Amino acid sequence: MTSVADVSESNLVDEARVTPVVRRSKVDRAYRAVATLSGSVVFVVMALIGGFLLYRGIDALRISGWGFITESQWAPDMGGAFGIAAVLPYTVSIALVALFLAVPISVATALFITEYAPRRLRRFLTATIDLLAAVPSLIYGLWGLFYLQPRLITLSKWLADNLGFIPFFEVNEDFGTSLGVFPSSTFVAGVIVSLMVIPICTSVMREVFGQAPPGEREGAMALGGTRWGVVRDVVLPFGRGGIIGGSMLGLGRALGETIAVTLIISPSFDAKWSIVEQGSNSIAALIALKFSESTETGISALMAAGLALFVITLIVNTAASSVVNRSRSGSATEI
Amino acid sequence: MTDLQITTPIPTVASSTAVLADDTRGAAGLTANNVACWFGTKKVLEGVCLDMAPGQVTALIGPSGCGKSTFLRTLNRMHELVPGATLGGEILINGVDIYRGAIPVTDVRRRIGMVVQKPNPFPAMTVAENVVSGLKLSGMKVTKSERDDLIESCLSKAGLWNEVKNRLGDPGRALSGGQQQRLCIARSLAVSPQVLLMDEPCSALDPTSTRRIEQTISEISESVTIVIVSHNMQQAQRVSDRCAFFLAAENEPGRIIEESPTKDIFTNPRDSRTEDYVNGRFG
Repeated sequence: MTSVADVSESNLVDEARVTPVVRRSKVDRAYRAVATLSGSVVFVVMALIGGFLLYRGIDALRISGWGFITESQWAPDMGGAFGIAAVLPYTVSIALVALFLAVPISVATALFITEYAPRRLRRFLTATIDLLAAVPSLIYGLWGLFYLQPRLITLSKWLADNLGFIPFFEVNEDFGTSLGVFPSSTFVAGVIVSLMVIPICTSVMREVFGQAPPGEREGAMALGGTRWGVVRDVVLPFGRGGIIGGSMLGLGRALGETIAVTLIISPSFDAKWSIVEQGSNSIAALIALKFSESTETGISALMAAGLALFVITLIVNTAASSVVNRSRSGSATEI
Repeated sequence: MTDLQITTPIPTVASSTAVLADDTRGAAGLTANNVACWFGTKKVLEGVCLDMAPGQVTALIGPSGCGKSTFLRTLNRMHELVPGATLGGEILINGVDIYRGAIPVTDVRRRIGMVVQKPNPFPAMTVAENVVSGLKLSGMKVTKSERDDLIESCLSKAGLWNEVKNRLGDPGRALSGGQQQRLCIARSLAVSPQVLLMDEPCSALDPTSTRRIEQTISEISESVTIVIVSHNMQQAQRVSDRCAFFLAAENEPGRIIEESPTKDIFTNPRDSRTEDYVNGRFG
């Protein structure tokens, strides 16, 4: 304690601004060091991956130049042209088909769990969905190939027959629309991938919907709101960030999904609009299929394709996180 | 969420067909008969009988934890939203039981509105949208001009119109705390409730806002029955026509100790505990 007299005497002290000195305890310093180190590992790994892909892919990029983006064929081993003009659109369309199916189903499932399901069922459902996320993708691929695909192509045929005027569902007339032209398509691969994406999206959305402020919920109920009214006016506006965040996590998974897609598709290097017709591709599947049989240039080209996938995933996630951060529930869904 | 059990056998009430259409408009009477409440196995309220007459202001007073808020929440079926919450007894609006299916639960809550302690305007909505949010929530349709009239009249009744008439497009959360609470009152009035429940509506507000809201209460009390929980004895004295004093002995459920016209409870209480409480000797 300083008395009034002390203060007046100490008036002589230089009144220049003080930088407060923080003296941290040893424990605090040690913990700080460990936390900082762990935190920076994320950036280091990110940079290492990007750097590695660039370093290994640069030779192929030098050979192909801009052709890497515009060329659709893939023949680096025979000294031919190669590029991602077909593989990349296929990759994106498989992911989009997957999200187109997964997002509405996930939103509805998450709403059912948080808003409608009785408590016991809620716990059971949550556990089951988390379990679905743990099933290896190879299993999804096998099940999709042998069980789902033969049944799914009937739907493909229906889409082609009835909605064939839309380019996505158009099938080359030369083949007619026998069931034989529908397996191994973007659509089938997308459906399988959507099954893998649903648990991830649902988990994030359920988490966020569950955090909708109870005060607002009650306010809506107290006005005579119906369950649907509460969902529409309170839960969904609050959960917007979670819906976007969950979808983006799913998109990341869908873009990179390898083994299931490799099993389903029959590789095609001619870009087309149709998603139901046989023949599709993805960067991850391309790498998995070609890796063991490629020459040096071929490997380098695959690395460059991997780099393209890496960059696209980064761009998508950065764009999404800027949307998510601006929403109220954003803090709950770091992506 | 619907774990509600009616645990006390009750004589059957008049069927809904006997309800006149007029009964759903204008201030309504609310009657609690032998109401008891549980959270899980813990009984928090028992034997509550209270008549809340049409167009009157009834204040529920008592120390914290005596069950007044719980009781208030049974009056528009918000109590049952708490997992594990159950209730016994009956609550009647204009003589019709609200718990036994004669009236759909959304209608119960529309006819018996509620304003809670902490203002809770919908953040995704503008001031104007907040006022008419109850219509959308309960699926009522109005024309554009009806909507505009409703916004103006409800904001006027809540004493907020002059302050916000040029800010109707602002987000509800942009208003001050006291304005937000009046916005919540306006929002409740927009679905034309017959009863308005208020759970310590001024406890988060400054004295000026409090006075403004008390004024609002006295202005709207002709057309809507008001039940208000208050910790503030002066406020209860100023705004209410009748008072009910709740008290819970240690480890016992809360009950009503005394219920009389406000004047009597403050000047001439029958029970010594009431006298001690209203004179600030405990609580």
